[in-house]
Amino acid sequence: MNEFQTVVFLLENKEYGIEIQKVQEIIRLLKITRVPHAPHFVSGVVNLRGNVLPVMDLRLRFGFPPGPVTDDTRIIITKSENKLMGLIVDNVVEVIGMDNSWLEPPPVVTENIKTEFLQGVARIDQRLIIMLNLKKVNNLEFASSL
Amino acid sequence: MDMSKYTDIFIEETREHLQKLNELILLMEGNHDAGLLDGIFRSAHTLKGMAATMGYNNMAELTHKMENLLQSLKSGEYKVSPEIVDVLFKCLDQLEKIIEDIASGGKGDIQNPEILDILAKSFDKTGSASDDRAKVDFNEFESNLISEAVKMGLHTYHVVVHIRPNCIMKSARSYMIFKKLESVGEVIKTLPSIQDIEDEKFDNSFELILLSSESAEVVRKEIISLAEVDEPEISQIKVEETQNEKSEKEEDKANSNPPKEKEKELKENSKEPPKLKLAHVSKPSQSVRVDIGKLDNLVNLVGELVINKTRLEQIAKLNPIPELKEALEQTNLLSSDLQNIVMNVRMVPVEQVFNRFPRMVRDLSRELGKDITLYIEGMNTELDRTVIDEIGDPLVHILRNSIDHGIETPAERVKVGKPAMGTIDLIARHEGNNVIIEVDDDGKGINPNIIRKKVAEKKILNEDNAFQLDDDEAINFIFHPGFSTADKVTDVSGRGVGLDAVKNKIESLGGDIFIESKIGMGTKFKIQLPLTLAIIQALMVQISEEIYSIPLSFISETTSIIPSQIKVVQDQEVMLLRDMVLPLVRLRDVYQVPGEPINIDEISVVVVKKGEKKIGLAVDYLIGQQEIVIKSLGENLDNIPGIAGATIFGNGLVSLIVDATSLF
Repeated sequence: MNEFQTVVFLLENKEYGIEIQKVQEIIRLLKITRVPHAPHFVSGVVNLRGNVLPVMDLRLRFGFPPGPVTDDTRIIITKSENKLMGLIVDNVVEVIGMDNSWLEPPPVVTENIKTEFLQGVARIDQRLIIMLNLKKVNNLEFASSL
Repeated sequence: MDMSKYTDIFIEETREHLQKLNELILLMEGNHDAGLLDGIFRSAHTLKGMAATMGYNNMAELTHKMENLLQSLKSGEYKVSPEIVDVLFKCLDQLEKIIEDIASGGKGDIQNPEILDILAKSFDKTGSASDDRAKVDFNEFESNLISEAVKMGLHTYHVVVHIRPNCIMKSARSYMIFKKLESVGEVIKTLPSIQDIEDEKFDNSFELILLSSESAEVVRKEIISLAEVDEPEISQIKVEETQNEKSEKEEDKANSNPPKEKEKELKENSKEPPKLKLAHVSKPSQSVRVDIGKLDNLVNLVGELVINKTRLEQIAKLNPIPELKEALEQTNLLSSDLQNIVMNVRMVPVEQVFNRFPRMVRDLSRELGKDITLYIEGMNTELDRTVIDEIGDPLVHILRNSIDHGIETPAERVKVGKPAMGTIDLIARHEGNNVIIEVDDDGKGINPNIIRKKVAEKKILNEDNAFQLDDDEAINFIFHPGFSTADKVTDVSGRGVGLDAVKNKIESLGGDIFIESKIGMGTKFKIQLPLTLAIIQALMVQISEEIYSIPLSFISETTSIIPSQIKVVQDQEVMLLRDMVLPLVRLRDVYQVPGEPINIDEISVVVVKKGEKKIGLAVDYLIGQQEIVIKSLGENLDNIPGIAGATIFGNGLVSLIVDATSLF
């Protein structure tokens, strides 16, 4: 049994997952200060207990149209390669234990998201949770301000 | 003995000693003062003791060999010469390699047979290798023992015992050797210490000094009678030699105790001194070693304190209560003092960075066949410790440039009437809120014509523009990426990567670099760095809904204008500031700020300066002046052009700090 915990969240009503080791905390939306010349999906920076953190809109990152901000909108503070990055998501669903055997490689065409952002797909009963490759998602190098 | 908890201290103190040795040996090269030699000897000896105590035998062996070389300098057998100094420096370099290995978790067992070879060779001029063994140091105490022994008609033997490499129980074997030797005399000294021999901290041989009335042959027979022991080396030590040694050691009390007691004392002493020396090495000044993490924590907390204090002040302004005002004033004073002290704590003298330069300059000039002296002024000037860490590399690059491209060979210099010896002045001083570091050489200077040609050749500008550059503009092109007037790439410079990286690094520290040069006379690099990075005064400005902070140190003045005062000259918006034409930069455009201007009839202008140049930054509204704590934007966003960082206001809002220099 190779179990690991995953934080499952919603984007455009589809379920996505990030392994819990990479998640530092989950917070409500804070006031975001815009950062000029940053890639378009970087909404700006926020103040997290005295630390200035960058925050990105995952919808824009994956090429979806921007969505409405609701009471359920959350920022998932993730840590990858020793750097912190906040991800704005529609809703955080739950933390679920997964087994490695449930993982499959990502299908070639998944909701039009670039496959490099995806680590794989987890099948749990009827659910299909798309697992993110945080390293690629959080990497701002080569990101152009489209 | 578990010495691992002393490892950190050991590393620090070894580094200090190595630094001291570097300085002293350099000094000694220029000035053959016996006192210097003593100091060098002491440091080397301490290093050997520490290394042996910690069990780093490689290091102990190397320092031991170094000591031997130093000994022959002392006794006059060798004179101080550049070659000998080179050998000493090679030893230091090797020791540095070993200590760095230890510092990164290694065991320090880096071998360097070449060094040991060179050392052995530099020795062997007067005799066989056994000569160097015979020169074991005796402290006054031991020399006395030996003279007493001689008076009693005993021989003093220096014995090198070799245990066969495949012997398993070395400590048991050595114990038996000692037992045997004690039946024919007294062992008064061992190398390494008895403790180390018992702990098997030796390869296959150890040395000892034996006082005996028996002949060398008898001693030899005793030793080889044991199994797994190879042929020993026995040499007699003459009394005169020990007398010589007496004079150079530190004062120990002369004892006239019978040899047996002395032997016991000696055995204890050879265990104690290294530990004692660890304590004694600390400098006489009252200082404490503090972990950098703790210091940074302290600075962070003071930063938070400042933010909160500002918030309290704002609240107090809206809710005037006399007692509150009074208490706040007190708090203000206290936090200002605390701030100053903490800032001071972070300040470190540049000496830390500068002290490795004399050696580097010496080595490099020798390598390139030039004769250069480095004069340093302002060693005590203090810089924020984060800046200190970063300023070393740029300075190294500039110095190398001076040595490689700036200063001419002695022959060339004499031809143009300069003294054969070139000079480089490295000066550090405070100026207002900045620290200035200058590197000034009297070399051949930078030729603007050659630069103009190269600029055209490399198509950085087209030919016309290239040749229209005036001298100052041309010279500044050496900071351009990919630029180098050197014809061949040497190990030192010429790759065309260095000076633009230097400029970037200095600007990233919030500083500036300027260059002045005159052909045939020399070149001067002037680096300007801010005194403190963490907490600064800033002017807050508003553009539509967004608030930005401009560091006060850049601001020359503020003013306001009406739109009709803005003119356009060659596609650049300008305004008239008294009698000067001031280029205008609209921050709204630079930062692509969405939203409408607050007030279209009036534009506030913040005039910022960089060196001699000034520009005006156009904003909607000036909010006020405030102390802010600079926060990093994090590694993900640290390269946003035009933004120097972020700060958090008392109300929790993040405001971006304007990078004024990038707007010029």
